[in-house]
Amino acid sequence: MRLWHWINAASILVLIVTGYFIGSPPPTMIIGEAYEQFVFGYIRFAHFAAGQVLLIAFLGRIYWAMVGNHHARQLFYVPFWKADFWQEVLFELRWYLFLEKEPKKYVGHNPLAQVAMFFFITLGVTFMVFTGFALYAEGAQEGSLTHDLFGWMHGLTWNSQRMHTLHHPGMWWIVIFMIIHIYVAIREDIMSRQSIVSTMISGHRTFKDDRDD
Amino acid sequence: MSQIETFYEVMRRQGITRRSFLKYCSLTASALGLGPSFVPQIAHAMETKPRTPVIWVNGLECTCCSESFIRGAHPLARDVVLSMISLDYCHVLMAAAGHAAEAAMEEAMEQHHGNYILAVEGNPPLNEDRMFCIVGGKPFVEQLRRAAEGAKAIIAWGACASYGCVQAAKRNPTQATPVHKVITDKPIIKIPGCPPIAEVMTGVITYMLTVDRLPELDRQGRPAMFYGQRIHDKCYRRPHFDAGQFVEAWDDDNARKGYCLYKMGCKGPTTYNACSTIGWNEGVSFPIQSGHGCIGCSEDGFWDQGSFYNRLTNIKQFGVEANADQVGMAAAGVVSGAVAVHAAISALKRAQKKTQDKVEG
Repeated sequence: MRLWHWINAASILVLIVTGYFIGSPPPTMIIGEAYEQFVFGYIRFAHFAAGQVLLIAFLGRIYWAMVGNHHARQLFYVPFWKADFWQEVLFELRWYLFLEKEPKKYVGHNPLAQVAMFFFITLGVTFMVFTGFALYAEGAQEGSLTHDLFGWMHGLTWNSQRMHTLHHPGMWWIVIFMIIHIYVAIREDIMSRQSIVSTMISGHRTFKDDRDD
Repeated sequence: MSQIETFYEVMRRQGITRRSFLKYCSLTASALGLGPSFVPQIAHAMETKPRTPVIWVNGLECTCCSESFIRGAHPLARDVVLSMISLDYCHVLMAAAGHAAEAAMEEAMEQHHGNYILAVEGNPPLNEDRMFCIVGGKPFVEQLRRAAEGAKAIIAWGACASYGCVQAAKRNPTQATPVHKVITDKPIIKIPGCPPIAEVMTGVITYMLTVDRLPELDRQGRPAMFYGQRIHDKCYRRPHFDAGQFVEAWDDDNARKGYCLYKMGCKGPTTYNACSTIGWNEGVSFPIQSGHGCIGCSEDGFWDQGSFYNRLTNIKQFGVEANADQVGMAAAGVVSGAVAVHAAISALKRAQKKTQDKVEG
């Protein structure tokens, strides 16, 4: 779990930086003749490699959701029809809006976090993997495995320029998630009744008091 | 025109002797790896097979496809029109006009029912009772539907027939509709481009005549042999792309050195066509070679993908002219601001709670 989190963090960071540069290339560097330098090539290579790592890690995570405990599955569904789940989401919202004095304790994600994770990471990463590999399939060309698996995506947009335009906001979607994610994690670590940041590193959840809920 | 000439008759008419014809047949047989016994079979096919009749109709278009087609060099358009196909109806190239022309089309459709190739240049507009394009006194879409009925296959020339092109650009007042959305029961080969490359046009026809079947098509119905790769994948400026050497302004030194036009909005990376391999005007040049980025004219909706000089398409859904990155960056900025404010309030609240706890405790 922790390994997955940090592999994700690293690959997403690489993907965001290189992805931004692919969309808006850095100023021209003239180190030598074109055959002597491969700057943009390396940027793209890093983007593709990190994308592959992210996909493998994501598949591994799905496998873990299937064999792991119910916390492992939190990422992949939202109990949409359960009223008390939404009540707890509301509670968490009130906590973040300074309307509740004390937060509750959770071993896994809190309900609001679960909703956020589902929309930002599960749907966000899936979207980026599909559009990203569809774009990669263009370079890999027809007949390649990537093209066989993801080439059909182009049947949905028809013009690959549209696919690019869809891939861009996906990045910002994940950037926005990162900002909130990091802020909330640190804030919760300080203000809530459970450990967050140290849990991400050690894997153990510790509570700051022994009261129930 | 009761009887169509066979290939053999055409060759004889062009001054090729029977001796040369048989030589050609045996050469073809050995080139295809076939034994000597196949020579008479090929000769027989050439002697008996009539030229393929083609009916060429024009809808809403600018005739740039025809202009491109008649500049075909390999094979020469003259050879295609005069000896390979039997072009029975074509506004631009036929001598007849008015009623005579329409009569020729009727005759051809009747005579070769189920055998002719229908070549469509332009598209039918469906708005306002389809009155935006009238051919022979009737809406073009009627001519198209009628001609498609007896066609063996349909070739959609250019971006107009394939995707709609400029007349179908957003708003689309005439409701110009690409051929594949009007005719759904016939095999359609799309040859997009504005115009398509001449050699691609003649090449597709040659292929269909030679092997007597449709070329292999990609997902969108374009011949894979010409539209299988992106311009970017075969661009001679690609090394500069990989090196990260870009033209930064139209008049800078990098432009003179012929660096990559990616930053100037070149659509090569998203455009499937054969420009960078075949070139234009007998291979003299193509847009990128002339120093201008590709505008992606052979792609669906290329008029609606923002500026020709920008890689990032503007997203108009937000009501402002902004591209994905500007919108994204603004959103990230707003969220960062919100986070900062939230953090400040959190700190205040916490301080408040601490003093309260102290007072109470």
